[in-house]
Amino acid sequence: MPELRMALAFFLLLNILAGLVRVVRGPTLTDRFIVAQLFGTTGVGVLVLLAADPGQAALRDVALVFALLAPVTVVAFVRFAVGSGPSPEQERR
Amino acid sequence: MSLWDGVCAVFMVAGAFFCLAGTVGVLRFPDVYCRLHALTKVDNLGLGLVVVGLALQSGSWATALELLLVWLFVLISSAFTCQLIARAALRRGAAPWTGRREP
Amino acid sequence: MTAALLDACLALCLPLLAWLVLRTESLSQSVVLFVAMGLLSALAWARLDAPDISLVEAAVGTGLTGALLMHTLSWTDERPPDVAARARHRPWAVVAMAALTGMLGWAVLSLPSDDPGLTREVDAHLAESGVEHPVTAVLLNYRGYDTLLEIAVLLVAVLGARAVNPRSERTTPEPSRDPLTGELFRMMTPALLLVAGYLVWVGEHGPGGAFQAGAILAGGGVVALLTTRLGTPRMSSWRVRWALLTGPLLFIGAAVAPLFSGRALLEYREAQAGTVIFVVELALTVSIAMVLWMFFPGMRPARAERSGKEPS
Repeated sequence: MPELRMALAFFLLLNILAGLVRVVRGPTLTDRFIVAQLFGTTGVGVLVLLAADPGQAALRDVALVFALLAPVTVVAFVRFAVGSGPSPEQERR
Repeated sequence: MSLWDGVCAVFMVAGAFFCLAGTVGVLRFPDVYCRLHALTKVDNLGLGLVVVGLALQSGSWATALELLLVWLFVLISSAFTCQLIARAALRRGAAPWTGRREP
Repeated sequence: MTAALLDACLALCLPLLAWLVLRTESLSQSVVLFVAMGLLSALAWARLDAPDISLVEAAVGTGLTGALLMHTLSWTDERPPDVAARARHRPWAVVAMAALTGMLGWAVLSLPSDDPGLTREVDAHLAESGVEHPVTAVLLNYRGYDTLLEIAVLLVAVLGARAVNPRSERTTPEPSRDPLTGELFRMMTPALLLVAGYLVWVGEHGPGGAFQAGAILAGGGVVALLTTRLGTPRMSSWRVRWALLTGPLLFIGAAVAPLFSGRALLEYREAQAGTVIFVVELALTVSIAMVLWMFFPGMRPARAERSGKEPS
């Protein structure tokens, strides 16, 4: 079972690596922010998987903090993104 | 491997599958709004099934409760995040994909 | 085997993302990528068996750094001068960076890999420290004066932040008009208080403590500033001053008290050490939360809400 958990954690990390492609291609700021959020949730998954190993329980607290504080960046981003107004040359698909 | 372990493994692998599906969605879907849809699948089902699998095999109520709390926080965050980001994108002028080639 | 693959993948992701942060032409995109990088570095700390640092990275990285950088962006012109193009004309900078990287790498590789440092001494005296977690014991007992001075540095930093941004003393940032964000803050508040309290308590016997808990509360404060009509805390308010000073004053009191009974500075009585450390941590949580919160001066008014001429 520990091998399966480690394998799944590795698999989730590979997903993060794949997500970097969307970071490179964008095209808009919002797209890249969505990838940041995807990394957040996938990272929480990796942390809870690693936390199941003996002696690593503290990582579950790290996952808890990540999950709890995720909206802070989102609220700040939305405030910034809306506040700085539409930027047609960037947001065109 | 006991039957119980097998059940847990199925949950966790299913969760990882939804994470993969979400990542593929974020990579392949045509516009911001569709990608947002893929993102929330990872929050709800991907992490949710992994958490259920881990909670079932944890063998401790405190651990299971903390895991469910992690998921609950992500669910709340995801429900608000999705709406907020979609509105921000709309106000920034990102045109929704309609399936037709743009003129 | 799988663990090694996982570490290799992490070691690949981090520099790749760092490079992406540096090469994007727009500041806002660098900021978004930097937020993603914070998450990966927290994973790296977790894999390096440093859950305490991982926790700080989680709390500060997701709770404050992103919001602070977005705030800075909101006051900055979007397009910076073409940094990449200028860097290409400076080959000596590349040589210098390569030399620095080489030196750092050499320093890391020449470290003894199995040197336990002071681990044995810390573990031997853990029973006398009043707490069960070695990191907390080092921070608040063995090397308490370090922490005390760091708190003083944080206070000075807040004065500095306010001095370079005096505008936040006068203006109240316009909260978001979106009803969703207000509801989000109402739902987050109880969870924030619960987790912050939990982290102070868990610091006695595991990773956690005043700084992480304070960072979480400050993150909640940032959401409050952006979504409610609360307004930036002002240095002129006595309540704010007391919140900033409670932790340091109590810590100084706890540090000086042993002097009156003929012991050294910060030499708590063994029987009381646990209680003293807990009370100091609780007070420090309030002060650190206030300090970190006051770094965030609210957002620039949205473009539509701004008047015709830019504020000077």
